[in-house]
Parts: sequence; C-alpha cells; structure tokens
Amino acid sequence: MAFTMESCNCIDPQWPADELLMKYQYISDFFIALAYFSIPLELIYFVKKSAVFPYRWVLVQFGAFIVLCGATHLINLWTFTTHSKTVAIVMTTAKVLTAAVSCATALMLVHIIPDLLSVKTREMFLKNKAAELDREMGLILTQEETGRHVRMLTHEIRSTLDRHTILKTTLVELGRTLALEECALWMPTRTGLELQLSYTLRQQNPVGYTVPIHLPVINQVFSSNHAVKISPNSPVARLRPLPGKYMPGEVVAVRVPLLHLSNFQIDDWPELSTKRYALMILMLPSDSARQWHDHELDLVEVVADQVAVALSHAAILEESMRARDLLMEQNVALDLARREAETAVRARNDFLAVMNHEMRTPMHAIIALSSLLQETELTPEQRLMVETILKSSYLLDTLINDVLDLSKLEDGSLQLDIGTFNLHSIFKEVLNLIKPVASVKKLSVTLNLVQDLPVYAVGDEKRLMQTVLNVVGNAVKFSKEGSISITAFVAKPDCLRDSRAPDFFPVPSDDHFYLRVQVKDSGSGISPQDIPKLFTKFSQTQSLATRNSGGSGLGLAICKRFVNLMEGHIWLDSEGPGKGCTAIFIVKLGIRRLSNESKFPFAPKVSANHGLTNFPGLKVLLMDNNGVSRTVTRGLLVHLGCEVTTVGLSEECLRVVSHEHQVVFLDVCAPGVDGYELAVAIHEKFTVRHEKPLIVALTGDTDEVTKENCARVGINGVIMKPVSVDKMRSILAELLEHRVLY
Amino acid sequence: MDGVAQLQKQLVDYTASLFQEGFLDEQFNQLQQLQDESNPDFVVEVVSLFFEDSERLLNELAKALEQKTIDFRKVDAHVHQFKGSSSSIGAQRVQKVCIAFRNYCEEQNIEGCLKCLQQVKHEYSLVKSKLETLFKIEKQLIAAGGSIPT
Repeated sequence: MAFTMESCNCIDPQWPADELLMKYQYISDFFIALAYFSIPLELIYFVKKSAVFPYRWVLVQFGAFIVLCGATHLINLWTFTTHSKTVAIVMTTAKVLTAAVSCATALMLVHIIPDLLSVKTREMFLKNKAAELDREMGLILTQEETGRHVRMLTHEIRSTLDRHTILKTTLVELGRTLALEECALWMPTRTGLELQLSYTLRQQNPVGYTVPIHLPVINQVFSSNHAVKISPNSPVARLRPLPGKYMPGEVVAVRVPLLHLSNFQIDDWPELSTKRYALMILMLPSDSARQWHDHELDLVEVVADQVAVALSHAAILEESMRARDLLMEQNVALDLARREAETAVRARNDFLAVMNHEMRTPMHAIIALSSLLQETELTPEQRLMVETILKSSYLLDTLINDVLDLSKLEDGSLQLDIGTFNLHSIFKEVLNLIKPVASVKKLSVTLNLVQDLPVYAVGDEKRLMQTVLNVVGNAVKFSKEGSISITAFVAKPDCLRDSRAPDFFPVPSDDHFYLRVQVKDSGSGISPQDIPKLFTKFSQTQSLATRNSGGSGLGLAICKRFVNLMEGHIWLDSEGPGKGCTAIFIVKLGIRRLSNESKFPFAPKVSANHGLTNFPGLKVLLMDNNGVSRTVTRGLLVHLGCEVTTVGLSEECLRVVSHEHQVVFLDVCAPGVDGYELAVAIHEKFTVRHEKPLIVALTGDTDEVTKENCARVGINGVIMKPVSVDKMRSILAELLEHRVLY
Repeated sequence: MDGVAQLQKQLVDYTASLFQEGFLDEQFNQLQQLQDESNPDFVVEVVSLFFEDSERLLNELAKALEQKTIDFRKVDAHVHQFKGSSSSIGAQRVQKVCIAFRNYCEEQNIEGCLKCLQQVKHEYSLVKSKLETLFKIEKQLIAAGGSIPT
C-alpha cells in the first residue's frame, strides 16, 4: 500500500522529484481500482452464465472484498494531494471495511479451497470411470458382434447338409468375419497317420499337401479344445509362398472333432480317445500388426464346434440315405424272390394237378380192367397174375394219393373239411375194414369205446378215419399174431400232459374235447431209437421182416400232419423189438351243438345211438319169399331208418303196395316168382307218374341178361344179394337222387 | 374185469376161428352191424329163423329126394331157398354146397344130389352147433357184465 501522507504527517514539502513518483502511483492506483472493480463484474457475469456453482455467497463476499479494495485504491487517488478531512474519513471507513471483509474472506477461503479441490478430484475420478465404462461398452459391443457373427456363421453352415458346402462356407464366413488372409482345413487321411490339406480359402484347388499327424505342434492343438496360437513357420501354417520382406501375420490353429456315427450311442458318451480331428488354420493378414483378440479366439472355437456338429449331421444323413437305398434294393430283390417262389409253387401245383389227373386216369383204367378181368374165367396162374397186377395197382394208387396229399399238406394248402359226423361209426367202419385182414392173420381186434365218448363230433371225418385206419392198419401189418386193441376215450386234462409229449398242453373247452385213441398191438415192436424216424417221410425200419409188408413209408408222415392240423399229437410207444407197440394220438374235435341238426330234421324214431339215419321215414315195401333173407333185408332197411313193410308173395305185394311206398324191393331170382311180371304190374297200378314207386330188384346173379330184363320192365335198379349196410345206404341215396341205378 | 376181458377174448377168438375156417363170411358181420340198442337180439333172431327154415327145407329136400320120380324143379327150388337163407346169414360153407347141389339138380344127377344132401346136412349141423356155442359165450359175457365187442 502506498503510504499516505496523513499517517506520517511529515512536514517536508513536496519534492518535485516526488511528483513523478506520485504520478505513477496515481496511475497505478487508478488501474488497480479499475481492475478491482472489473473482476467482480467478470465473476458475476460468468457465474451467472454457469449453472453450477455451489458457493455463490462466497462469491458475494469475495466481490465485496474486491470492491472495497478497489474503492480503497480509488479513494487513494484523492490522497495524493492535500485533502480534506472527509476524504480521510471516507478513506478510513473504506479501509476498515476492506480489512473486515478481507479477513472474513480469508477465513472463509480456508474452508472453501479444500472443497474446491476435492471437487476437482471427484471430477477426475468420474472421468476415469467414464473412460472405463466406455472401454467395457466397447468390449460388450465386440462380444455381441462376435455372437452375431457366430450365429450367422452357424446358420450358414447348418443351412446345408453337404459336407463340402459346409466346410467351404465355414472358411469363407470366417475369412470374412475376421478379415483373415488365409484360412485352411487339414483333414486326416484314411490311414489316420497324416493330415491332408483339403480346403483353403484363397487357393482354388489345394494340391495334396500332407503332413504327418504326430507333429508336436499338431499334438498341442489336438490336445486342447481351445484355439491355440502357433508359429507361422510351422509346417501346417506354411500355406502360401511368402515374399520375404513381409512379416507374416499371427496364426491360430483349432481342432475340429469329426464325430462318427458310432459315437452316437444312446447309452454312452463318445469316447474321447477314439476321436479323430481335423485342423483348422487361421492366418491374420501379414504386415497388419493385428493381434488375435480373445473374443476372436472364442469365435473360432465356437465355430469349430459347430462345424463338427454340422459335419456329423451331414454324415448321418449320408448314412441314412445310403441305408434307405440299400433297403429299397433289398426290398426289390425280396419282392422278386417272393414272386419267383410263388411262380415256382404255382408251377408245381399246376404240375401236380395235371400229373394227378394224368396219373390217375391210367391207374383207374388198370384197376378197373384188372378187376373186371378178375371176374372172368381164368386159369389159376392167370388169376395169380391178375391178382398181383391188382395188388400192385392198388399200391401204386395209394402211393400216388399219398404223395399228392403230402404235397398238399406240406405247402399248407390242405384244409380240413369240418362237418358233423358219427364218431362211433368211424371206429366201427375201420374195424369192419380191418377184420378180414386180421382174421386171415388170426389176429383178434377189439374195439373199446368208452361210455362218455360223444357219439357225434365236429371235425374232418374223412381224414380222421384215414388216420385211424392207418394206425390200426399198421398195427395189423406189423403183427404176426396176437391181438390188437383199440381204445377211444375223451382225454382228461391231467392225463393230457404226457411225458412223451412235453410241449403239448391241450386245454379242453366248452366247444371242444380231445379224443384220445390208443392202438395196442402185440406185434414185432419197434426199438426206441427208430421211433422218431417213423414219422419222417419215406423212411422204413430196416428189419427184413417188415420190409416185405409193403407200404411206402408215407402213411405215418401223413397221419402226423393230419393230427397236427387237428391240433393234436401222435406218438408211438414201444418197449423194444418183439414187445409190441402202442400208437397213441390225441386230436381236437368239436362238440356237436344241437343247433347243428340241420342234417336230421326229423327226430329219428330209433335212439340216437343208431348211427346215421340217412333215410328217416322212407316208406319201403319189401317182397321176398325167403323168410331168412327177408328178415335180414328188413333189418338192414330198418337200420337205415326206413319204415319197412314186408310181404312174402307177389299177390300180397300187389295188394299192399300204395302210393305211400317210395321204394319197392323185389326178389326176382326166386324160382316160381316172376319178379318181372310183378314189376310190370306195379307199374300199371300207378298211372300217375309221381306216385310210382322206385322198384329195385334183389337178385343173386347180376349179369347182363338180368339187367336187360329189369330195364325192360321198368325196374329202376338191381342189387346183388347179399348186400351190406353201406351198399344199401349208398344205393338208396343214389336212387333217390337220380331215380335210376345201374 | 379180468373175467370179462377173458370172455371177450374168448368170444373174439372163437368168432375169428369161425371166419377162418370158412363157416361164416362177411355177411355175418353185416348182421352183427345191424344189431344195436333198438335191435339187441337181431342176430339171434335171424339165426333162429334160419335154423327153423333150414330144418324145414332139409325135411322137404329129404322127402323130395325119396320120391320115385324126383321133381328136380322142386328140389332146385328148395335148394335155391336154402342157398338164399344161408347166404343171407353168411353161412358160407352151406351156401357153397347149395351151389354144387343146384348144379347137380340142373344135370338131374340123383347121385350127386343125394351126396349133396348129405353134405349139406352135415355142414348145416356143423354151423348150427358153432353158432349155438357162439351165442352161449355171448350170453356168458353179457351175464358177466361185459359188452359184446363190435
């Protein structure tokens, strides 16, 4: 501060040299005052401008301080010359005020300046933070971009199922995304010992470079699932001829797993040790000073995995297409084979049908003519010859039938003719057929039909009879002496399970029952080891004794098939040669339901055990003058269910005959009885055609003359006495159907 | 049960022997077939009838052949009847003799006829006794509770 004159109160007059100094002081004070006044103005102006300034009142204080300082300096201007007391007072006031304010301000600044400083620090801090966030933001953006690239790449890769396209696309997209100079793929060769350069980005057709697979750098890459930086000088990375002065860019290698079809087992994860890998090489542009960033490496790894999956899908698809093609081929081949087989079967059936007819026709001729020959006058040698011819033809006929049956059975085209039949009568007929042969051999045959065996059954009558006949026939054939017993009964469940047929578990039900037939003979027996062979075609036991008994060996085979068709089982038991043999079979038969009685509309007057009554209520007149023979024939007709009226004399016959009688049986060969006249008379009695009865002549000799005579008088049929039940039955059937029988 | 089986066997054996020796033929089987529950004694009835008829015929034949002048036609008629009856029940041997008898009748051979008459009487008595034995065994069997094997 300039010293003031008043304080010193010096008496010294003013120097003229001091005038210069005073002038300068004067000017300086003036400018200081100016400055002091303008500073607050500036401050106010700028603070008003800025919105954020926390310490306004400090500003006021500061402004006041400065203004007062300025005022002081201003007032100082007047103190350079002599001045009045007022000025001195004003000056003093100003200075006091200034002093007060400046002290206050000084005190205030102690508080304020640290605050201001800390504001600055905070600002610094925030700036740093902002910078950091910026960086992180950059990172996220990059990652998101990477993700987008991966998705895009994956989409591209997965949009095709063709291997080559997949790989090519991968390289192209990677090259584009990462701005690579070169990108290449090395695939393992078939031997697995080398890697071959398969695809590159820039080079069009990579020539077959190969590197051995066990290089350390390759092992390094294969052993980790990360992208690994490798040296640009390693053999896998030397893909392009580099002009010397360029610094090659950084190279990264990553493994691409090649998953095989066999890896995709349901229960276990792919074995890591058996994986094959391909190698992908990525090269940054040379001389670019670019570095591989982490996010780029991540991208590469993800892409490599995606490529592996896409390749596997492509491989699976290829496999499945190949498998489908193979299947189609096989289908075609199978179809062809099936059609061929069908053709073959049809050809065989056609052949058999033709042969059947062709073979049977001559057979019939032979048999028929031989039988006829047998009836003529022959010398004993001739008779013997004819008999042999007949026997052989019968055998041949049987053989033909058997073979044809068997072939039908074998190809499964044989079906059972199911019908209701009389079970008891089957056995009786078999017995009748076998009795003559058995009696010649002095064998006794007994039949035992157990009480609860149903009389009627539903099944294939013809084939059941064939089976029974065959079995019984065998028993007779192979027994030289002794007895044969046939037993038939309903098989009970507990005795159905036989140790000899362990997997046969028949279950009777309400509709079915199992018929068990045992035929025991005391003949030559069979050794146990031969038993299984019996049912095979064309096999015969080797014993000489049985060799001569004929038979083609097909019989039992056919029986077995019939029995099987009837859901049954057949087997033989024998304790050994010479100890006889028991043949047992079980077949399933249906139980006749009463609603199936369409065949028998009338309840027959005779009891149900009577056998097939084919002609219920047929009214018949019988004329025979021989009492015995009359009784026998009557019994026969009654057995067949007819209503029989008998007469012994012609006149009686004429008297009795009425339109109710459908058939008249006349004995025409009794001497003294002119059957022919009687027949004529009967005819004349009935003028209306439909009332005329059918006339059948019974005679002891059927020769052409008799037949002619009968036909002349209008007799409808001739039968030779004695007549069997079956013959009578069939005759009546034929007669009623055709009204004629010759 | 053993007794029944034995009787059955006996019956069967006996019947078989009758067939074998030619006394009976297939026609007898036919007769047996006609026998059933509704007609349980058919065979016996027919055979009895045969016996009656045969005795009558044999008497007639004897009478006819004793005549001074033999009426061969009548003889033939009787023999024819006899042949018919025997064939109806299956008495084979009787029937055969009848056939031979008829031949002699046609030839009007008295010697032959007489011889045949003897023969036929012999055969008839044979078959009669056999059949009677058969029926006896059957009766025994039924009495023992068995059934006739068919």
